Amino acid sequence: MSDLHTELKKSIIEQLNLEDMEVSEIENDEHLFGDGLGLDSIDALELIVLLEKDYGIKLTDPNQGKEIFNSINTMADFIEKNRTR
Amino acid sequence: MRKLYINGISSISPQNEAIFKGSTPQQYENNILPAQAQDYKSLLQPMMLRRMSKGVKMGLFCAKKALDEAEVKIPDVILVGTGQGCMEDTEKFLSNMLESEEGLLSPTSFIQSTHNTVAGQIALDLNCNGHNMTFTQNSVSFESALIDALLQQNDQNIKNILVGGVDETSNELTGFQRLDGQIKKEGHRNLELYSSQTSGTIISEAAAFFALGSEKLKHSYAEFKDVEIINSLDEKILESRIENFLKRNDLLVSQIDAVILGKNGDIRFDQYYDQLQNGMFSATCQLGYKHLVGDNNAISSYAFWLASKILKEKKIPRIFKLNALNCARPRNILIYNQYLGRNHGLILLQDL
Repeated sequence: MSDLHTELKKSIIEQLNLEDMEVSEIENDEHLFGDGLGLDSIDALELIVLLEKDYGIKLTDPNQGKEIFNSINTMADFIEKNRTR
Repeated sequence: MRKLYINGISSISPQNEAIFKGSTPQQYENNILPAQAQDYKSLLQPMMLRRMSKGVKMGLFCAKKALDEAEVKIPDVILVGTGQGCMEDTEKFLSNMLESEEGLLSPTSFIQSTHNTVAGQIALDLNCNGHNMTFTQNSVSFESALIDALLQQNDQNIKNILVGGVDETSNELTGFQRLDGQIKKEGHRNLELYSSQTSGTIISEAAAFFALGSEKLKHSYAEFKDVEIINSLDEKILESRIENFLKRNDLLVSQIDAVILGKNGDIRFDQYYDQLQNGMFSATCQLGYKHLVGDNNAISSYAFWLASKILKEKKIPRIFKLNALNCARPRNILIYNQYLGRNHGLILLQDL
């Protein structure tokens, strides 16, 4: 697991107040929404803010979200390719 | 007119509900009293719980317990009184704005900072699409919700009404009430509140919810008879206004078995209560509760909880008594509250 994967998991746990959840409990390929981690639309807004605040990435096309926020792996890939900080 | 029965009750406050059974009262020296911790996870889903402020947790938890006791799954109406709304999230949102220099803001605290978050979260949790109202009217917020409950009962289709009061504190914003003298400047032991000779009071966070029904159950607590709000009032006519309120309910002062007063140790405004204690209710059993649970804009809902317990269990714990008079079989209980000499609320409960 890369540092970015771990960092992302820590940020998500903290930002979304996932109390009682450990980094090791989130799989890299686990779905973040729906049956996986069970995040919802308000969490999606928080993740958009997280991308901009921590990595300087502004999502211009909301339709991208579904693909980017599929899992920790897809988020990390997107961040690696587009980060400005 | 149809009757409204109190079929389920629940409260969270700086005291455990067991105080009614005689448990030792919690003592505080700080003038801002926290609500007692609860096992919220026993009734609320962890994924929902994680983003709830204390006020939302308290409100939803009490609502579910009251409905459960009344054996109601989904009420027809949800009514909430809250004077200050979701203070925690308001403070979080404002702090975020300052820290990020009005840049990127977390949406959750903004979404949840509105006053109607509690009523909304209850409706979402219960999947209830019925009439849903939040009343923010200073210290008569809960009384305002009760007025709506009385209006709703005129509709024959309305069988069950969930009504409650909730107010939470927050680290910084609640402390601002020290600046205009609402909170006592000096530290004060809550149990010695009534001997205070200074201005201001002790502020708290609390919630109390009630399942009101048009049908009486075996385990119903009492009947909710009437409520009245008087926003401004000359002290000289307080007694006559109370007499009028009782008269419209076919009652005399002598038929009130216990009066629950919102006395809060503020030397500037406790004379309203003193007048009643020494005057029209001098021969009546007098009760107080703010030395135990503090004051806030929806705290009269705690008095409603206390009156319900007294009428069902036919006993009055000594810790609530303001005078030595006893009342073996309480039938009519009057609740009177005001804050800063304004927003006077009268609530009447009757034995079944």
